Amino acid sequence: MELSGWGRFPVVSAEFVEPLDFSSLQMLLASSDPSAKLVPRGAGLSYGDSALAARVIGSRFMDNFSAIDETARTIRCGSGVSLRQLLRLCMPRGWFLPVVPGTANVSVGGAIAADVHGKNHHLDGSFCDHVLDLTLLLANGELIRCSKTSNPELFQATCGGMGLTGIIIEATLQLREVPGVFIQRRSLLAHSLRECFELFEVNSASSYSVAWLDCLARGKQQGRSVLYLGEHVDVSNKRPSQHPTRGWLTVPFDLPASLLNSYSLNLFNSAYFQAKRYAPKSDTVNSTSYFFPLDGIAHWNRLYGQRGFLQYQCLIPDDGAFEAISAILHKVSRAGKGSFLSVLKKMGAANSNLLSFPGPGYTLALDFKFEPGLFALLEELDAVVLAYGGRLYLAKDARMSEAVFKAGYPQWEKFVTLKQKIDPHGLFASQQSDRVGLTQAVR
Amino acid sequence: MKILIIGATSAIAIATARLYAERRDHLFLIARNAERLSDLAADLRVRGAQSVACKALNLDEVGAHAAVIAEAEAFLQHIDVALIAHGVLPDQTASATDYKHALNSITTNGLSVISLLTELAKRMQAQRSGTIAVITSVAGMRGRQPNYVYGAAKAMVSTYLQGLRGRLHEFNVHVVDIRPGLVDSPMTAQFPKGLLWSRPEVVANKIVNSVARKQHTVYAPGYWRWILLFVIAIPEALFKRMKF
Ligand SMILES: Cc1cc2nc3c(=O)[nH]c(=O)nc-3n(C[C@H](O)[C@H](O)[C@H](O)COP(=O)(O)OP(=O)(O)OC[C@H]3O[C@@H](n4cnc5c(N)ncnc54)[C@H](O)[C@@H]3O)c2cc1C
Ligand SMILES: NC(=O)c1ccc[n+]([C@@H]2O[C@H](COP(=O)([O-])OP(=O)(O)OC[C@H]3O[C@@H](n4cnc5c(N)ncnc54)[C@H](OP(=O)(O)O)[C@@H]3O)[C@@H](O)[C@H]2O)c1
Repeated sequence: MELSGWGRFPVVSAEFVEPLDFSSLQMLLASSDPSAKLVPRGAGLSYGDSALAARVIGSRFMDNFSAIDETARTIRCGSGVSLRQLLRLCMPRGWFLPVVPGTANVSVGGAIAADVHGKNHHLDGSFCDHVLDLTLLLANGELIRCSKTSNPELFQATCGGMGLTGIIIEATLQLREVPGVFIQRRSLLAHSLRECFELFEVNSASSYSVAWLDCLARGKQQGRSVLYLGEHVDVSNKRPSQHPTRGWLTVPFDLPASLLNSYSLNLFNSAYFQAKRYAPKSDTVNSTSYFFPLDGIAHWNRLYGQRGFLQYQCLIPDDGAFEAISAILHKVSRAGKGSFLSVLKKMGAANSNLLSFPGPGYTLALDFKFEPGLFALLEELDAVVLAYGGRLYLAKDARMSEAVFKAGYPQWEKFVTLKQKIDPHGLFASQQSDRVGLTQAVR
Repeated sequence: MKILIIGATSAIAIATARLYAERRDHLFLIARNAERLSDLAADLRVRGAQSVACKALNLDEVGAHAAVIAEAEAFLQHIDVALIAHGVLPDQTASATDYKHALNSITTNGLSVISLLTELAKRMQAQRSGTIAVITSVAGMRGRQPNYVYGAAKAMVSTYLQGLRGRLHEFNVHVVDIRPGLVDSPMTAQFPKGLLWSRPEVVANKIVNSVARKQHTVYAPGYWRWILLFVIAIPEALFKRMKF
């Protein structure tokens, strides 16, 4: 079967199995040839090759809830449960997930394996900071429970561990009570990158913050952006839509990639920025449209054409973040490549997970359609990122080199040592982990 | 409401059960895999079901049907909705050449359903209310080379349902025939998926809505009605040459 991530690059031909229950998964593992590598897969919404290998095990049917504690506000569920399903359960109770990424379609397993972050990272940390415990199926067939206190090393390796320690079966999540499921949104215009950084610093107490950025604007306008702030509010006179729904619009087929060129992108970015000048500066929106604006359009990845696209997401430590990001934007706008979706966010403190992406600094995410010459540009960006002590996000990556990975993730050796203990034959490996040297490409 | 689901671990049935659970209904589930059944029961309780009970049974054992329906009725007290969802997609080549193989799949897809309907009809008639919903298939509407053994069993059930609907009408019992098109479920895991494929949740929504609206024959998704209109219109002389 042909499989790819959300970016639809690369595409691999894989043996794909979606076990119906735990016994069949265990049997599958026991009967499988330990030399044929295997990787778990959730909703397939990582962009590149994190969930690609010769053999892929999908968690789609591991989607049962198993317990809910109304007073402690915790939920235990299978790793195949989507955040959308969780929200369906939480929102009518006035609860919300402490951390949500930009789409509600990801699975709990994928959210843990990438230790995903949201618009509130600066205050609330990442997804795994709110995971109370999880059960993991190891390469030897053993089912092991781990948390911050029991088997902490395994927990720290599995959270953010990109499916390389084993298959997450179930997890217990801490939910939180919110004043309301509506979001009071404020939009602030920044006419330059400097202004945007200042706005982030001034508004660091805001619960949610993220900036959309015109990545093609040059000169004095470089980095012009719209910063969106958000707070949960109680709007008792409005009935919130309690059931976040899936795409009501769909992109039924691939658009010709040539529609996306420097002209159309420039046009879009300028028009977006200009439109925001006149848009209301403060409004109340449904939380699903605030957090998951793109979930309304099914298959929007087809907009980038058949050859797919890549997302480049880097994190630059606070020191030098402005210089690095301005250098990156300069290179991108000069190349005339770039996207609708350029997102900048100020992040908070790192946690102790070995391969988690977030840490103090700024993260910038840029989409690029796949085209000749793109990799050369991205390598130039890599050099900037490394020069400023930054790193790239594995969940978005499809091409970073081993050197770039190892420089960005100093705890990789600790991870490999632990992995050798629990998975000595290297059963769990993805195309990505082979490429970045977390697993051995040839054995 | 009180809901009985037979073949409850089918992907379409699970999605349907979850919709009923969210509405705080009571559910009785029958399926053959005890492990998956008890996991599903826990799931439905978390999602809001007021009560859930289940029974593991291989539905090919038609002799056990009367007892299991009685057990369901004893638990639910009154059956508002009974959904029959189980089925198998047989290997066409094997079932076209080996009668035993054909019989097995016709037993599961056709005869076991008729046995269950016989029991359900008795009880629904006595309670003078309720809805029986059965998942058949668009495959039952015209015999096609790649799956006519499957299609024949589904056609048998659809025809049976038409008559049953008439018979139960005067007892205020309603009968719905649900005909899905192509659904991305474990049954079809081996097929490459394209534009015409739907998720089980889409079919589940259709089931819940059509039961509530007391519809007769529904296609899931609805556009399959038009596709089938076209398929049925193809002249036999041409159709017999088609391999699809
Ligand atoms: C539109 C969009 C917006 C996004 N926004 C954000 C964002 O704001 N913040 C952010 O952090 N990320 C974001 N992402 C990325 C996304 O959250 C991550 O890639 C996430 O890991 C995807 O989860 P998934 O279920 O699709 O996992 P997959 O893509 O299927 O897998 C991702 C990784 O998780 C592993 N994995 C999956 N299931 C299991 C399991 N059961 N056990 C062990 N390992 C498992 C896989 O092996 C793989 O390494 C976004 C993605 C999209 C498409
Ligand atoms: N998928 C499609 O494209 C499609 C299209 C049209 C119609 N349908 C119909 O939709 C219904 C649901 O199918 P699905 O798509 O949800 O597939 P599914 O998930 O594979 O469901 C089929 C279910 O039937 C059960 N079953 C089979 N034989 C049984 C037996 N002897 N006793 C008890 N249970 C038995 C299976 O149980 P186990 O899991 O224990 O094997 C399984 O749970 C079926 O009637 C199918 O024919 C499906």
